[in-house]
Amino acid sequence: MIHQERPALSLGYLPLHSMTTASTTTTGAKRGFLDTVEAKAEGYNEQKQQARAACGKELTVEENTAAASERKKGCCPPPPSHAPPATPARNNGNRPPARGRGAAVPVVGWPPIRSFRRNLATSTSSKQPPEQQNGEADAKVKLNCNKSPLVKINMDGIPIGRKVDLAGCDSYERLSLAVKELFHGFLEAQREPSSAESAQQGADRKIFSQLLDGSGEYTLVYEDNEGDRMLVGDVPWNVFVSTAKRLRVLRSSELSRALIGSASEREEKC
Amino acid sequence: MGRGVGSRSGGGAAQPPWHSLPDEVWEHAFSFLPAAADRGAAAGACRGWLRAERRSRRRLAVANCYATSPRDAVERFPSVRAAEVKGKPHFADFGLVPPAWGAEAAPWVAAAADGWPLLEELSFKRMVVTDECLEMIAASFRNFQVLRLVSCEGFSTAGLAAITEGCRNLRELDLQENYIEDCSSHWLSSFPESFTSLETLNFSCLDGEVNFAVLERLVTRCHNLKTLKLNNAIPLDKVASLLRKAPHIVELGTGKFSADYHPDLFAKLEAAFAGCKSLRRLSGAWDAVPDYLSAFYGVCEGLTSLNLSYATVRGPELIKFISRCKNLQQLWVMDLIEDHGLAVVASTCSKLQELRVFPSDPFGAGQVLLTERGLVDVSASCPMLESVLYFCRRMTNEALITIAKNRPNFTCFRLCILEPRTPDYITQQSLDAGFSAIVESCKGLRRLSVSGLLTDLVFKSIGEHADRLEMLSIAFAGNSDLGLHYILSGCKSLKKLEIRDCPFGNKPLLANAAKLETMRSLWMSSCSLTLGACRQLAQKMPRLTVEIMNDPGRACPLDALPDESPVEKLYVYRTIAGPRSDTPDYVQIV
Repeated sequence: MIHQERPALSLGYLPLHSMTTASTTTTGAKRGFLDTVEAKAEGYNEQKQQARAACGKELTVEENTAAASERKKGCCPPPPSHAPPATPARNNGNRPPARGRGAAVPVVGWPPIRSFRRNLATSTSSKQPPEQQNGEADAKVKLNCNKSPLVKINMDGIPIGRKVDLAGCDSYERLSLAVKELFHGFLEAQREPSSAESAQQGADRKIFSQLLDGSGEYTLVYEDNEGDRMLVGDVPWNVFVSTAKRLRVLRSSELSRALIGSASEREEKC
Repeated sequence: MGRGVGSRSGGGAAQPPWHSLPDEVWEHAFSFLPAAADRGAAAGACRGWLRAERRSRRRLAVANCYATSPRDAVERFPSVRAAEVKGKPHFADFGLVPPAWGAEAAPWVAAAADGWPLLEELSFKRMVVTDECLEMIAASFRNFQVLRLVSCEGFSTAGLAAITEGCRNLRELDLQENYIEDCSSHWLSSFPESFTSLETLNFSCLDGEVNFAVLERLVTRCHNLKTLKLNNAIPLDKVASLLRKAPHIVELGTGKFSADYHPDLFAKLEAAFAGCKSLRRLSGAWDAVPDYLSAFYGVCEGLTSLNLSYATVRGPELIKFISRCKNLQQLWVMDLIEDHGLAVVASTCSKLQELRVFPSDPFGAGQVLLTERGLVDVSASCPMLESVLYFCRRMTNEALITIAKNRPNFTCFRLCILEPRTPDYITQQSLDAGFSAIVESCKGLRRLSVSGLLTDLVFKSIGEHADRLEMLSIAFAGNSDLGLHYILSGCKSLKKLEIRDCPFGNKPLLANAAKLETMRSLWMSSCSLTLGACRQLAQKMPRLTVEIMNDPGRACPLDALPDESPVEKLYVYRTIAGPRSDTPDYVQIV
């Protein structure tokens, strides 16, 4: 059982020698257990001595070269080339090859560092929530708002919110269309099932095309990075994208009430 | 000592004079026992002490949220003012526990709301905390002062707003490495203008922006603020402004410490830090421009704790900085410090007690020159060093033996060699000898993580010698059942054992079943266990919960599976509450 060379077996199982222990007892499961497997007392001492001897002797030329080349490579035989955290989860039943030469596959949860630390070498502040450590991460990773603005959007009267990708729209008109896509299904679901479809579509088109000019039934507002509620459309599109944190489709009748509300908030909290 | 009531004899024999002291006296006496273990021991002496102790217990730590039911805990200790509850197993930190496993904080908050109205402190670790939990906390405890959430998830800034708005006497809001959803809620603005009691504010794990003006006003009016840990959204110049408003700060976490170099900004920072005479602990995510490090020189001498483990700074500036920190007791750093940097640490930081070195590029090819040499140097020259977490790529038995000889005072030794099963790189031997030396020399060792190429023999040493060991982490090690048997039949003080990817099977588990009830928990994943043994274990030990985790994609009922089916993940823990009822589909309790 003395390791003279790196074991090639992935499980690390080694052939058992049939040495018997010195004493046999019948008391308790503990001793019984030990009796069934050999004790490697002699082997262990020998190994310890070998280890000490190896440390004591001077480096031979071979070892010097090995050490030098390891230093060049940065130690152990080349670990897997950079495996980004987004690799799909490995089947836990596969164990990695013992020494990982060249084609080693990344192992789930190894090395044991928290996901907060995993991405530091490559990127800045992106973190992976625990649900996603098994690999479908990237699509769902919540990135810094400035990088990929997937903002929440709610509509008055609809209890479920949506998320819209501001970077995917390139103008306010596109945004308006995107909002329509997101919510017209809900609006339909809320209407009487007996109403004519075409009438509904016409009404919806009307609602969503006047989001930005304040003349329709609904108005689009947003919350900026300072927490203030703003009317969509005043600033250049790219400024809007970088400052908008949240969107809301307000009933225009609610608008004045909402504006008064936020003004008094500001008074209290400033 | 206290004898039971029933054994009181008639007037003749002398009773100890304290026998008839009222409970209040005992409660007062017990208040001098700060350690929960001591209080627990006292409670075991007799019924009278049990009663007095439990009624007066003020601090309760529940290390496994499933070891007892929340209601039972609250009923048993009715006077608790500070509670700490921990949930998921430790390996959940590394993604080994699928989502929705459990560990919900809600039942604990509900029970506390009912039974501990005077609760002041609540701390959750590795648990699922929802916004509703936070709202309930804010609404239920009128003197709530301290909220600490570590590695938790499930809540958003809306929940935080409930806390900041509702907890009038809040002193500490400490959020460490949680996953917090950003709802752009004005949680920071929700502190009332009249609120001034804050002493600790840590929102370093928050992703979103905060209103800086609000933060500045908060910092200005909270004169007792000692700990302030900012997130990445606060730029450097704002940090300088904050420091001018709070020069009495003791612990500072900067946000992202990177900016183009401007002499004005540099001067501002330098002046701000020069004013912080009380600053002792420093941390931050420094993608640092090394040029700014020298702005901190004024505080180096006073620092006792430095956490640069999120800092990708390398090179001479880093080392120059650390070489001025003569009073460091705690240093967390990236392996970018390299061996020669650690040599400087060794010669400078003679008071160092804890060192953690993290890998900067764990999945990469390893260009960093951090080896066993660095650890040897530090262990040789820092006489008070007792806790180490060290990630590196190579190790030798000689180095470990030297380290063990230098530092018999280790209480925590965690070595992680990045590539599994790496042998001694000079002799190609296993690292059995090295780790054996550690456990033989460090008699006070309480926590150990092993790595590299290891056979069953190292576990024999650990089992025999590590008498005080409470937590052991093993990965990719051992050859056979013997390895596990050595551990479970030895290690007198073992509380937590976590194992992954080792060839350990059923026999040692069953042979040492009774041991498991003396431990808090056992985790085994990717070992050689089968369902039959787990069934047997569960049957034999009714006060253990034996949880099996399947692949979440295929939740098949265990009853149908034969005994020979392999078990991928096993989590066993003792409990007085019986099997839990909140398991997801992929977890089955046998």
